[in-house]
Amino acid sequence: MNQKPQESSNDGAIVICPDGPILVRGEFEIVTPSGGAVPRTRKTVALCRCGASAIKPYCDGTHKLIGFRTEYPATPGTKEAT
Amino acid sequence: MKIPDARGPISGGLFRLLADGTGDVSAAQGALHRLIEGQLALTDDVIDDGDVQLALFCLYELHYGGLDGVDNRWEWNPGLITLRQMLEEPFELALRSAARSSAGSVQPAPAAGLDSDAVADLLFGLAGQDGGPGMSRHVAKKATLGQLREFLVHKSIYQLKEADPHTWAIPRLTGRAKAALVEIQADEYGGGRPDRMHSALFARTMRGLGLDDVYGGYVDAVPAVSLAAVNMMSLFGLNRRLRGAIAGHLAIYEMTSSRPNQLYGNGFRRLGFGADVTAYFDEHVEADAVHEQIAGRDLAGGLVEAEPGLLPDVLFGATAALAIDARLAAHIMGAWETGTSSLKPPVPAGV
Ligand code: FES
Repeated sequence: MNQKPQESSNDGAIVICPDGPILVRGEFEIVTPSGGAVPRTRKTVALCRCGASAIKPYCDGTHKLIGFRTEYPATPGTKEAT
Repeated sequence: MKIPDARGPISGGLFRLLADGTGDVSAAQGALHRLIEGQLALTDDVIDDGDVQLALFCLYELHYGGLDGVDNRWEWNPGLITLRQMLEEPFELALRSAARSSAGSVQPAPAAGLDSDAVADLLFGLAGQDGGPGMSRHVAKKATLGQLREFLVHKSIYQLKEADPHTWAIPRLTGRAKAALVEIQADEYGGGRPDRMHSALFARTMRGLGLDDVYGGYVDAVPAVSLAAVNMMSLFGLNRRLRGAIAGHLAIYEMTSSRPNQLYGNGFRRLGFGADVTAYFDEHVEADAVHEQIAGRDLAGGLVEAEPGLLPDVLFGATAALAIDARLAAHIMGAWETGTSSLKPPVPAGV
């Protein structure tokens, strides 16, 4: 049952989910362009990147209904684009 | 939890045994043992057998909040564990066969060598084949107030202890999968705020519709399949050998949750209910869009990367969840389409 712990920085981590949202965990604030706080009720959030969520900036799963497809994140060598 | 009404000889015998903590336990267990053997031989569908499901539900309950008036030491009574295993065995077989028939169209996955992204992909693919939001669409557009209340009664069996069955898995996991499950569960339990616990939000929704929010208060009102849906989670959660299944169950549960909860919320809004009632559903739209990513990739995927041999059980947990959910939805919609109640008629006294 050996598992390599995933490397992560203390400040937070952003996970680019294939065909889905951007997951953000750690210490951060979400603000509007003018600096107002965006209400946030959980530590780790999923930010919509398909544009179709009804609760933007958060993801509500709608990306699955619209068949949103992403290129694989540009992390050279981790995986070939599909 | 208050001890429910017996639904047949097994649950009746069990309740008598539990109430009589001082009697000749081994004799009573011997008799119950033979009774269960006899009853199981007569049962053709364990999932739909109210007597079996209620007995299992109460046996599991000894590991959760306990049963009113029952000595806590029963939890680890070896004879009682044996009885539970007698019921669990055919139940697990029935779940495996239900899972096989619901997963008929899934391509067989390679036995090993899937990375976490591929596991998440596989699970998202399964979730995408889910029969569709038939019941949630009905709730959104047409359900009557009475149907919304029935819907909450069915859900209350699990939602008033939401997340608890999956929590059993935490000490059985390591590394990435464990961290993922803890992250999800922390959110389920309100991130340190008791009023934000999902079970507490659900209780608020129930009160908003004038329902009793006491845990287990509606066990007597629901059919066997509603109990089976919760027993399935306890079976997966309480048996370490099924840790793959509980991970798969949670992943698929999260993956098939955001959209239906949006529609459920709309149904309650349509009938004029406010944020106190819909908060539970609104919370799940947002939370489960986060959880499905973590549960698919880090929990289920991380587990399969660490223990590749668990992939078939992860898929079993996921497809069994879909199959039982579909049965429950079919039962409820079937009743509603004929204008009847999906709840159990009250049992005449003296069963
Ligand atoms: S990325 Fe999930 S709804 Fe847009």
